[in-house]
Amino acid sequence: MEFFFQILINGLSLGFLYALAALGFVMIFKSSSVLNFAHGELMAIGAFLFLVLSAWAKLPIWLAFFLALAGSFSLGFIIERFFLRPLIGEALIEVIMLTVGLAIMFKGLMLFVFGGDIHSYPEFLPQALTLHWGAVEVPGVNVATFIVGLVFLGLFGFFFKYSSQGIYMRSVADNQPAAMALGVHVRRVFAMSWAIAALVCAMSGIVIGIINGINVHEVSAIGLKVFPVVILGGLDSIGGAILGGLIIGLLETFTGGYISTGLREVVPYIVLIIILMIKPYGLFGLVEIERV
Amino acid sequence: MENNVLLQINNISVVYSDVIQILKAVSLDVKKSQIVSLLGSNGAGKTTTLKSISGLLKPENGKVTEGTIDYEGHNIQNSAPEIVTRLGIIQVMEGRQPFKYLTVEENLRVGTATRWGKPYKKDLELVYHYFAPLVARKNSLAGYCSGGELQMLVMGRALMAQPRLLLLDEPSLGLAPLLVKEIFEIIKRVNQEQGTTLMLVEQNANMALQIADFGYVMENGKIVLEGDAKDLIENPDVKEFYLGVAATGTIKTYKDVKSYKRRKRWL
Repeated sequence: MEFFFQILINGLSLGFLYALAALGFVMIFKSSSVLNFAHGELMAIGAFLFLVLSAWAKLPIWLAFFLALAGSFSLGFIIERFFLRPLIGEALIEVIMLTVGLAIMFKGLMLFVFGGDIHSYPEFLPQALTLHWGAVEVPGVNVATFIVGLVFLGLFGFFFKYSSQGIYMRSVADNQPAAMALGVHVRRVFAMSWAIAALVCAMSGIVIGIINGINVHEVSAIGLKVFPVVILGGLDSIGGAILGGLIIGLLETFTGGYISTGLREVVPYIVLIIILMIKPYGLFGLVEIERV
Repeated sequence: MENNVLLQINNISVVYSDVIQILKAVSLDVKKSQIVSLLGSNGAGKTTTLKSISGLLKPENGKVTEGTIDYEGHNIQNSAPEIVTRLGIIQVMEGRQPFKYLTVEENLRVGTATRWGKPYKKDLELVYHYFAPLVARKNSLAGYCSGGELQMLVMGRALMAQPRLLLLDEPSLGLAPLLVKEIFEIIKRVNQEQGTTLMLVEQNANMALQIADFGYVMENGKIVLEGDAKDLIENPDVKEFYLGVAATGTIKTYKDVKSYKRRKRWL
């Protein structure tokens, strides 16, 4: 039974991590229908930014964390301004291909600067964060993931539901010409969604870095895991991304724990195919509202 | 330019995709605090005229190639919509374009995009005052509202922006006659109480001319007739082509129409 709980907790925290990563992906897709293939690389960039600031520049951890997030936020703006804006009005597939190009470029740059080795952060999480529950142990990193994840999911939920800027962003996703006619600054909304997405990516990248250490290849591979998560949850649903993340996380750890560790990486994709056959829009995908 | 002219279109031509010419030398004036109706058959260029004012031509690959559009000293031809809307010109697009997945109140809040960060509670009250049926629906998704509610919603959304010039594209489209009457009464009230200048594109010529001060008739991308709304409604040609009434005042039957005698062109 303890084994079960341990796996459950590991699965939930892994799932939370996926959910957080998927959030950034959904954000971009929702506002501009672009599939961002550079997602994993953005995560890695955020993780390395934190590494540079905390381990190399030796800044206080909290300052390094916020600077890394702020840096990624600006990077999102820059990407939109210099790479995506010239493509406004072009076919969607060209924009998607551009993100593939960005992914390769970022990966190359990171390999050039940091090499392919594993780097790790200095220990900074207090021992007190580790929870014990009989023989079940929840590592401090997972507790921190939970807290940070909950806070940010709450913040984003609030931002999109109640703030004016969030409502403008949703209006663009909903009906772009109508938003334009009301004076919503569509390009600014796109820039904003890239910036927020890069920020969320950085956050999940940092958490992965704390758990596994940072390596360009590994972090960007986890970025790919976002695809089964978002397709399972529905490409344009934030709630779906969270639930999809939790489901994939649990599936992975339970398969790893009870069936075989080799199957662990494959199961999400098998489930993905089954879900797509039964519910092609994903669990919470937008079903067109149609009044007859 | 006369002082009370808010918008002046001088001789504009509009071309889509560099080859398809829709408007040919269109000129018109919109006076302050008036309602101006733009009538014409389908494809006459009415919607294009509105879009050339509001800047919405650009996303459709259209362009004003000649002429100017003057709005209070600004030259706004080919300006981006985010600039034009901030000058106080808001277009309500044809066919009711709600944000389906936003609630009614959220839809209205998008109308504040031109003055982000300023208080909007008063405007919300004003919109609910004009469009009372929206109050009951304020927390439901716009996608599930009826056609009449949606028309009120998109007009209310535009009012939230505190427009000085409101461009309405076929507000009566697909609505029941009684509802059309109600919508037009509200339009008139907004014009009188808020002093908002309105430009109204309509197929329902009778209704449009009744509330308008001035009217233009378009055909094939040109303005073929203009005059005070009172005069237009009495004009025999307008009567025959748009109001379906013969010059004698009786309703025309197709039996009596001698097709070779029908006027095919204006002027």
